[in-house]
Amino acid sequence: MLALIPLFPLIGFLINGSWYLFGQAPEGRQKASSQVTGLIGTFFIFMSFLVSVYLFLQLFAMDGEHRIVQQVVFPWIYVGTVHLDFAFRVDSLSTLFTLVITGVGTLIHLYSIGYMSHDETPGKFFAYLNLFCFAMLMLVLGASLPILFLGWEGVGLCSYLLIGYWYTDEDKAKAGKKAFVVNRVGDLGFLVGMFLIFSTFGTLDFEALRSLLAEAGHIGGAVRIDLEAVTAICLLLFVGCMGKSAQIPLYVWLPDAMAGPTPVSALIHAATMVTSGIYMIARLNFFYSLSTTALSVVATVGAVTAFFAATIAIAQKDIKKVLAYSTVSQLGYMFLACGVGAYTAGVFHVITHAFFKALLFLGAGSVIHGMHEEQNILKMGGLRSKMPKTFLTFAIGWLAICGIPPFSGFFSKDEILWQAFSSPTGSTMLWGLGAVTAVMTAFYMTRLFTLTFLGTPRFEEHEEHGHGHDHDHGHSKGGIHESPTFMTLPLQILAILSAIGGLLSIPHWSWLEHWLEPVIPAHELAATAGHSDMEWILMAVSVIGAICGIAWALQKYRNFKAEAAGAEPGALYQAMEEKWYVDEIYDALIVKPIHRLSEVLWKVFDIQIIDRIVVGFGRISLWSGETARVMQTGSIQVYALMLLIGLIATAGYLIYVWV
Amino acid sequence: MSGFNSSLLTILVFLPAAWALAGLLIPVKTGGSAPLKYWALAGSLVTFFLSIFLYVQFSPHGEEFQWLETASWIPSLGISYSVGIDGISLWLVMLTTFLMPIAILGSFKAVEHREKEYYFLLLALETGMLGAFVSLDLFLFYVFWEVMLIPMYFLVGIWGGKERIYAAMKFFLYTMVGSLLMLVAIFYLAYQHKVQLGSYSTLILDLYKLHIPGVGYFGAQSLLFLAFSLAFAIKVPLFPLHTWLPDAHVQAPTAGSVILAAVLLKMGGYGFLRIAFPLFPQAVSLYQVPFMTLGAIAIIYGALVATVQPDIKKLVAYSSVSHMGYVILGLFSLNQIGVTGSIYQMLNHGISTGALFLLVGMIYERRHTREISAFGGITRVMPLFAVTFMIVTLSSVALPGTNGFVGEFLILLGSWNTNRILASVAALGVVLGAVYMLWMFQRVMFGPITHEENKKLRDLSVREVLVLAPLVIAIFVMGIFPNLFFEKMDPSVQRFLNRSSAGITSQPNSASQTSYAQGNNHGSS
Repeated sequence: MLALIPLFPLIGFLINGSWYLFGQAPEGRQKASSQVTGLIGTFFIFMSFLVSVYLFLQLFAMDGEHRIVQQVVFPWIYVGTVHLDFAFRVDSLSTLFTLVITGVGTLIHLYSIGYMSHDETPGKFFAYLNLFCFAMLMLVLGASLPILFLGWEGVGLCSYLLIGYWYTDEDKAKAGKKAFVVNRVGDLGFLVGMFLIFSTFGTLDFEALRSLLAEAGHIGGAVRIDLEAVTAICLLLFVGCMGKSAQIPLYVWLPDAMAGPTPVSALIHAATMVTSGIYMIARLNFFYSLSTTALSVVATVGAVTAFFAATIAIAQKDIKKVLAYSTVSQLGYMFLACGVGAYTAGVFHVITHAFFKALLFLGAGSVIHGMHEEQNILKMGGLRSKMPKTFLTFAIGWLAICGIPPFSGFFSKDEILWQAFSSPTGSTMLWGLGAVTAVMTAFYMTRLFTLTFLGTPRFEEHEEHGHGHDHDHGHSKGGIHESPTFMTLPLQILAILSAIGGLLSIPHWSWLEHWLEPVIPAHELAATAGHSDMEWILMAVSVIGAICGIAWALQKYRNFKAEAAGAEPGALYQAMEEKWYVDEIYDALIVKPIHRLSEVLWKVFDIQIIDRIVVGFGRISLWSGETARVMQTGSIQVYALMLLIGLIATAGYLIYVWV
Repeated sequence: MSGFNSSLLTILVFLPAAWALAGLLIPVKTGGSAPLKYWALAGSLVTFFLSIFLYVQFSPHGEEFQWLETASWIPSLGISYSVGIDGISLWLVMLTTFLMPIAILGSFKAVEHREKEYYFLLLALETGMLGAFVSLDLFLFYVFWEVMLIPMYFLVGIWGGKERIYAAMKFFLYTMVGSLLMLVAIFYLAYQHKVQLGSYSTLILDLYKLHIPGVGYFGAQSLLFLAFSLAFAIKVPLFPLHTWLPDAHVQAPTAGSVILAAVLLKMGGYGFLRIAFPLFPQAVSLYQVPFMTLGAIAIIYGALVATVQPDIKKLVAYSSVSHMGYVILGLFSLNQIGVTGSIYQMLNHGISTGALFLLVGMIYERRHTREISAFGGITRVMPLFAVTFMIVTLSSVALPGTNGFVGEFLILLGSWNTNRILASVAALGVVLGAVYMLWMFQRVMFGPITHEENKKLRDLSVREVLVLAPLVIAIFVMGIFPNLFFEKMDPSVQRFLNRSSAGITSQPNSASQTSYAQGNNHGSS
């Protein structure tokens, strides 16, 4: 039963993929419509959703201790002490992820039917999308680190394929490659972390590791665990998270990943794949809780990333870029939560973020679709009346991410901020960074919202002013319209989820915490719910902060005029707009030097040094051959002489040995 | 039937050569000769089906060497004709017989002149390779080793590219230097056998019983080890002895590159496995770290140099240097995980790099260039080619689910248990591998079509699909069901380790000797 969850999308992939490859791809063949291929894709992910629900209910009926279903599909790698099965396991943590992946996944598949209706190759698109779901489900269902890694790299592959989906555009192909390579840097840490786990504990299975560590804990501290190794393991695996979940310093691929179709950004680069890192840390919380060093690194990186990405988001013009940096920032929050030992809060934010960020991305996609591929928010405005459904649903997503009660984002963000403040590994500094980021989030999201939907339309005015260097088509058409039902229905469902998702975990009555108890035990590191007063004060501070951020941005951008877009920005603003030049710095410090080194190795070391030596040897042998030829005179006397010399030498040797 | 079965190996080894000789009788018409091609293809297929017998009947827990045949050859020097296979050579034999039909079918369009000689040499080469893998006599091994060299030399020299003569000479020179020292070492070993056990012998199993004196970095044992290692390291090729490879590969015709990369390079790794390690265990332990270091350097070096190659075939050649670096790293890690990974990696490399060379050959046949800059946007016109190329590329970058991952994972894990620093350095290859392969893929396959000629490229023909399909299937089967392979390999690897780690006093025998367990001991004491 369990294996059906990943199997369904795999079947969908095979059907759509082989149909596309053999039936549609060859030049001149008729391409299938997005409705047919899309419904195939949606059907399989929906089936997988049904199985996920069934398994969730099954788990729900069990008592906490035994809330596990597992299935060994076949033995995978058995060599020496390595015993790896191809095995799946679902427990209270992974079941939540399967529900989100297949549920949100189904909605996004459905949405894509509308969004990709004008695309040339929807068959290929839906094949990839199903393949992604397959890999993502492997990731969360894998019973051991290597199976998780299989999914981990698999989603990376799909991300690569989908970012570069429109591969004829060189920049998009490059963005895909960049995502893959940067993720590989993280995976290097992941791999080495796995090796260290294996050499330290002799297994890579999650349950086995957990019971090993639990046993160690039970014997009253008599058993020592190599804490340095644990810290190293946690940090190495966190390097993997930095890649996949886009944290400093490896976040650089995610903004570029927006080159992919918007539903991909929603599914892969917001709702599911990028949260893998949080999943892994929550899964391995028994490791992380042992190492305060590792935890504080995670928390610090998370908080700093949250803040840093928010500064960039403030100055972006591209609607998807704003959302991308916002995703990096929100992922930072999740790591901040994990880093202060509040894994449940991190998971909670994964879920609410999946709802509202998928909603925001799909809403942005609806806008882009309606505006005929326009992505620059400075050229939008006043879409409220033209796209009422998109407007309303987007508004809910906006309020949710800003942290306005009672929308879902409020609950999860507030929980994280409270834990950052009160947990033993938290600090005022971490809370402060988180709180400032919350205000900035409210600001830039309101900026985005206002520039897009409020005010007066700027696209017609823009046409008159006619900046020559801009996109050549698509503005000011009378055809700016609401999107079709395939697209608005998922928006509406996600809007409802974004509105009420907070119910999963209300302070002091957290179903989620209780549910996750078997996997994420209430730990002494997590905050105790004693300081109620402080909790209320902080909550008030963050809500007031968010409202101030909203008000400020509303004030600033409500009457934004197209002419203002040309105004010269200050140096600071420009640095923010240019993403603090991080890509350029990486290029100069890492990419170019490696390239130059490679050139030198090839042209100097290989060709000039090694080959010269070899050719030198060749010359010597040629020369000695020439020299030796002199001896082959053809004269019998000379040969006889040589024979004699040889004979004497041999005899001499034999006598020497004999004596 | 039992007579057939008992001499199955001899039949297998000499069948291709006999088939090739018979093929000489087939008349060649000017302008292509279909019968000859199909004759050669049939020969290689028959050989492959014969080898399936071996796979089916080989019992991993039976005798160490199965289908053992020994006959005296030059008794005065103790030289015998002795063949047999174990769980290691079985797979290399299978790799050879599996790839040969693919290489032949892949040559149907590419080779248009002197076809008779071409197919003759290919089949003769197969006999040489199979012979070397099944030889259990050092001198016989040496003979087959040299026999392989000659057809390959002509394949490069006659059907190669513009610089074929230079490349063929370089290939010949390099390999000859290595093999001559090996020959001297073989005679020394036969002599040692006489000294220690009373008679000359070059039987590998006899020589395993020797205790070669002269421990120390430059003692007799070490010198012998180095003599063999030089020959094998050149074949692998191990940095810094690799510079013959890019030239040979670029100049060789497609099938030549395929066989060279897929099988001939394995001869080096196999030599270490069968000869250098078990015969000289003390020397192995002395030189373990230096060789692992060279392996790690090769991984990084090959990958870096591959990155900047303007020619696709040269890029693939340097990627071989990198991938074969893993093989050395894993072998010298001297534990079951690493060694199994290495053997697996040899098979993987045969499959993936073989497929890469075939793919490069296919676009070369269409465009007569291999410059990366001459392409771009090919996916649009060749979707089947693109998908196949993508799968092979992923196998080459060791994506989990493909064969490449299993090999690299085991090698890195095994070497981690032996030397953490070198394993970590080598793991950088995981990143660099993705860099050069995906960058090349992007420039060749993605982007707009910038060259007018590329707009009319045909997608894969049926023949080409038949050539590539077995390799693609192998990539997934080996990635998902590696246990099919490990089951037959395990006892042989175990025996290999028992012989080869004799020189190591404190061997970290398994990963279960963990610091957790140590912690446990602390607790109870």
